[in-house]
Amino acid sequence: MSYKVNKEGYYGEFGGAFIPELMYPNIKELQDNYLRIINSKEFKEEFAHLLKDYVGRPSPLYYAERMSEHYNSKIYLKREDLNHTGAHKINNTVGQIILARALGKKRIIAETGAGQHGVATATVCALKGMPCVVYMGRVDVERQAPNVKKMRMLGAKVVTVDSGNKTLKDATNEAMRDWINHPEDTHYIIGSAVGPHPYPDMVTHFQSVISEEMRWQLMEQTGSELPTRVIACVGGGSNAAGAFYHFLDDTKVELIGVEAAGKGIHTKQSAATLAIGRPGVLHSARSYLMQTDDGQITEPYSISAGLDYPGIGPLHSHLYETGRAKYLAATDTEVLKAAFLLTRLEGIIPALESAHALAALDKIKMNPDDVNVVNISGRGDKDMETYLKYFDDEKYQTK
Amino acid sequence: MITNRINKLFQGDKKNILSVYFTAGYPKLDDTVPTIQGLEKHGVDLIEIGIPFSDPLADGPVIQGSSHIALQNGISVKCIFEQLKDIRKSVRIPLIVMGYLNPVISYGIEAFCKKCNEIGIDGMILPDLPLNEYNRSFKSFFEKYNLHNVLLITPETSEKRLHEIDDASTGFIYMVSTSSTTGAKKNVSDYSTEYFQRVNNMKLKNRRLIGFGISNHKTFDNACKYAQGAIIGSAFVKAVSQEGTLDEKIEKFVKSIK
Repeated sequence: MSYKVNKEGYYGEFGGAFIPELMYPNIKELQDNYLRIINSKEFKEEFAHLLKDYVGRPSPLYYAERMSEHYNSKIYLKREDLNHTGAHKINNTVGQIILARALGKKRIIAETGAGQHGVATATVCALKGMPCVVYMGRVDVERQAPNVKKMRMLGAKVVTVDSGNKTLKDATNEAMRDWINHPEDTHYIIGSAVGPHPYPDMVTHFQSVISEEMRWQLMEQTGSELPTRVIACVGGGSNAAGAFYHFLDDTKVELIGVEAAGKGIHTKQSAATLAIGRPGVLHSARSYLMQTDDGQITEPYSISAGLDYPGIGPLHSHLYETGRAKYLAATDTEVLKAAFLLTRLEGIIPALESAHALAALDKIKMNPDDVNVVNISGRGDKDMETYLKYFDDEKYQTK
Repeated sequence: MITNRINKLFQGDKKNILSVYFTAGYPKLDDTVPTIQGLEKHGVDLIEIGIPFSDPLADGPVIQGSSHIALQNGISVKCIFEQLKDIRKSVRIPLIVMGYLNPVISYGIEAFCKKCNEIGIDGMILPDLPLNEYNRSFKSFFEKYNLHNVLLITPETSEKRLHEIDDASTGFIYMVSTSSTTGAKKNVSDYSTEYFQRVNNMKLKNRRLIGFGISNHKTFDNACKYAQGAIIGSAFVKAVSQEGTLDEKIEKFVKSIK
């Protein structure tokens, strides 16, 4: 069984490049050149240098002693929250900005939901002195105001999107429309492992530094490169793809993705695409989608803006269908509880997204000798307003 | 070999072919059939029936808006097929279905093609279905149910790919005037005619219609100099959004173009 993308851009039955002819030259250029560029000596050197000295990698793998005691199993946290700009998103934007320059592009566009990818893109554009336009739905602009200000301070132009439901999906549509209207000089930095081939593979490649580091860090700390299981949250799925990647062929390692159940997968307010969706085509790839019987895309809901996406990357659809990875869903309530627990036991305030991965610890049967690695994809600074809203309610505290 | 009303339309030297796109279920849910009948009555040669989609990637604000309202009106693929079931009792000109892939996949690719054939649809334009994916999983059904797959070319399409698309096309080629989403403010006469000339000189086997940015008599006329005709979408959708009866709006619009 192969879990790698094939030449046509497919993971099993998922992926591909369902692009309008208007996007063909840009996508073809990427497809024909990305492997050559990212495997070149110059690229590898600059990428390694920036990840180390600019992003601050390697990110620590931290043995969480009090969490381990609480769950009576060994819990390790991969600290992507300690990266520059506060999340794993920067791994991808650093890779893509170097690629964009190698392709001779002069202008960068991006979409963002919670604003983390927007900030990470604006950051690398400042670093390289490139003009940057970030598309963001009006709803997200309003609920993630600090990130909007950060992007502006970094020199990016933030375009408020009023089409559709005014969230991440619509921001992605608008970024793709921008690309159609600027076919010559623009590179589109997609923020997750979604979109047409080669984006899912490219983004996974840049994020795979997460599992590459996990292997040697586990070796140092546990005497084995392989954990019992790796747990990561999944929206589009880039941090999970990066955390799973170097374990895909080690089938003994359990891989667990955690989707946002929102108010519950049996309610209409959920973003758990694999739990409630079915395959279709959105944003130029075939994957699982949340949709009506008529094939219209439905609006997702999650307490975390970063998981508020009605699709999922094609790699995850493939891992789901083949059974290589398991996918669970955590509700808003479970997520808040998990976030408050980590904060109190370890002094780490996780992003709401990452707290979905932590919530899975209550759903999995773990043995005392198991080595569980949880990917803390981002920090919780951006979510303080939400956390404070629920903090005083005992319902969310673990006794 | 796919042959139907589209081949007949492009037979011989017919010039100034006017193709009009409209959004099914817009402005009112039940306007689909009267719009088709009105367009034929007032002299349109070919009609593109737009199937609304929640995420119309290649469309600008006008068609995004009409799609959104049509969906709010309650339109669906099933509903459109129901509305169109007797359309061939009253309409003779070629009809094309235009939409995005997901509703087609959701309905079932073969079931969708079969239904189109039963109704008397002559072709499909699916902007997010590129040639390789068409060949991979759609072509056999299009052929089985006698539907032309209308492919797009743009100013950025390479010569090699133009030939590939020409070889794969059976009805006509949709020549996008400019690298943009639909309803762009620029109009055709603003462009260098270099692209139109270049493609003209290639002696492709398929006939072409020029679309995107055609909005009035002047732009239609200019496009017709370089192709067999032209396609109007956003400008028509805007026209039916105005006050007045549907038939009057259609008559006034078609007269203003031809």
